[in-house]
Amino acid sequence: MVERTPILNFFTHLILFAGFVFCVAPFVIVAIAASHNLKDVNDVPMSLLPGSDFWVNIKTAWTTADLGPKLFNSFIMAFGVAAGKVIVSALTAFSIVYFRYPGRMLIFWLIFVTLMLPLEVRIVPTYAVVANVLDPYQAIMDLTGLSWLIQKISGVQVQLSLGLLNSYSGLILPLVATATGTFLYRQFFLTVPDELTEAARMDGAGALRFFVDILLPLSRNNMAALGTIMFLWAWNQYLWPLLITTDQSHAMAVTELKQLIPNVGGAPEWHIAMAGTLIVMVPPMIVVVLMQRWFVRGLIATEK
Amino acid sequence: MASITIRGVKKNYAKTQVVHGVDLDFASGEFVVILGPSGCGKSTLLRMIAGLEEISDGTIAIDGTVVNKLEPRERGCAMVFQNYALYPHMSVAQNIGYSLKVAGVPAAERAERVQAVARVLELEHLLDRKPMALSGGQRQRVAMGRAMIREPKVFLFDEPLSNLDAKLRVQMRSEIRKLHRRLNATSVFVTHDQVEAMTLADRLVVMNGGRVEQVGTPAEVYSRPASRFVATFVGAPAMNMLEGTVTLDGLSLLGDSRKLNVSRTGLAVGAKVAVGIRPEAVRMVAPGTPGALEASVDLIEELGAGRVIYVDLDGAPFSIVTSETVHPEPGSTVGLQFAEADLHFFSSETGGRLDVFKATVPEPAL
Ligand SMILES: Nc1ncnc2c1ncn2[C@@H]1O[C@H](COP(=O)(O)OP(=O)(O)OP(=O)(O)O)[C@@H](O)[C@H]1O
Ligand SMILES: [Mg+2]
Repeated sequence: MVERTPILNFFTHLILFAGFVFCVAPFVIVAIAASHNLKDVNDVPMSLLPGSDFWVNIKTAWTTADLGPKLFNSFIMAFGVAAGKVIVSALTAFSIVYFRYPGRMLIFWLIFVTLMLPLEVRIVPTYAVVANVLDPYQAIMDLTGLSWLIQKISGVQVQLSLGLLNSYSGLILPLVATATGTFLYRQFFLTVPDELTEAARMDGAGALRFFVDILLPLSRNNMAALGTIMFLWAWNQYLWPLLITTDQSHAMAVTELKQLIPNVGGAPEWHIAMAGTLIVMVPPMIVVVLMQRWFVRGLIATEK
Repeated sequence: MASITIRGVKKNYAKTQVVHGVDLDFASGEFVVILGPSGCGKSTLLRMIAGLEEISDGTIAIDGTVVNKLEPRERGCAMVFQNYALYPHMSVAQNIGYSLKVAGVPAAERAERVQAVARVLELEHLLDRKPMALSGGQRQRVAMGRAMIREPKVFLFDEPLSNLDAKLRVQMRSEIRKLHRRLNATSVFVTHDQVEAMTLADRLVVMNGGRVEQVGTPAEVYSRPASRFVATFVGAPAMNMLEGTVTLDGLSLLGDSRKLNVSRTGLAVGAKVAVGIRPEAVRMVAPGTPGALEASVDLIEELGAGRVIYVDLDGAPFSIVTSETVHPEPGSTVGLQFAEADLHFFSSETGGRLDVFKATVPEPAL
């Protein structure tokens, strides 16, 4: 519906502006706080005029929390999770939509069920698996008596062990599986006309060829959307990185922010904490701004 | 070039059977049109030839090789779809050349062949465009190009013109015909448009309810329809059908209310028949003319070159096509006359054609 009345226009803009202010105000306050010095930031009420110490605070935050390597770690992790999700969910959806095989519906529902089991719910077993990826296999071998048999025959004690704590793989892999992404692709694949699939078959393209040449290019807007959302989601992960990175060299930017938060009894250096927050916010913002072009293009030219 | 042999082909979807045993032979280089009403299984049959649909029973052979178990790409068929099914993210050139790319043809040769096809179809200036930026007719041509470039043994068309406007349809029709003359590949064209079917076909296959009703040249199908269904389906306006009973001196029509004098040869008295007569074969005469049937005029449709006159024959609808400049008033009474040779007889029970009244019967004086 397109209305062209000045009064309505005015009110819609007013509502839009109110929403904008509502969303942006907290960030403005953070930015202002980040520009004050120790005394000004602790004034009650805090002055809403920006102070002059912005760059100093940014620099202090950067060095205190050693944000350089942390941002790098965060980026690797968020990028890995986003890319993994985009690829894995495309493949699962492809399999579910385009192939008929026994157990297809079972698999579909299993994926569906994982929607109800977010990481927080299964964090203990997931931690156990990441601590030793081969643990489940060890358990199976122990239970079936296989390890006992092997020990009897060869005298070797079977002890499978592959730990992923404090590694990028350990950070990324447990977060890669995604039901949401699979459903997003599934819905999109269902809208791709059957004739297109058949045309590709007539042209001699096999399943994988069709996936790579036709389906993936058509879903690029989907991929951009999913990738962006998942990048932000992974960037903001707190619990999981906190749990499995005991070693500073794999610490994430978001979890390390707590180093900047004033301790009880310490100096109330909120301006530094706010500056650090701003720094950590920048990479996801860049990603959103870059990917936004894709969204907009997808909205303007709906190719179908 | 390839012949197609279809033997006892059936198609079941779960429990319902939609194609009930079809036997057909298409000669090499022939242009065959499959005509039938919506839902009669035309597309299903075509897709079984293409390999997009599994064959439940029977065999399909291309050039003598049974292809039941072959993938579409191994059958040497190319298909043009109703909605064109162009790849939206590829340019026209990429669309046309895609099958060659899949087949691993080097880029240089590919470009050359795309050019050649584009020249034939007058698409050269559009090669860099996306399908989105093309008109319906241009998209249609790209779809044709995509089929042509593979130099297939068999062309399959599934209602490729039904999304075009009337004028473009006529134009594309003649282009398809021209193309066929040039490439001379066996072509199977599915449509429910009888004008399209009549004008394109070397041979016409009329289907109904998953069965083949008649196979023949368009002229044969028109002049000697093999069943009541074909008689009423082919031709516009449809052939008039009157129910009747064979009597000693001819036929009594419409529950004995009308009599028709025809030389009765070979039909048992009392046999129930349907008498068909094409609207073009009916002559209007003055009411009261001996031997003429009287009817009242309902409606007149002006066609420009002629007119269709719809009359009411004791409640049975009946139409007449005439190019004479007669102008009966709606509500007035007219006499209808026709030559015996123009009558078609069908069994009321089976719907099959009864060939007892041969065209050689001497015509009665009108
Ligand atoms: N996947 C399916 N499952 C069950 N029935 C089907 C399926 N596909 C088609 N049919 C049925 O098979 C019959 C023949 O379908 P088909 O598409 O061949 O018709 P058609 O002659 O091409 O009709 P149209 O002119 O409308 O395209 C129809 O009655 C249809 O309902
Ligand atoms: Mg069809």
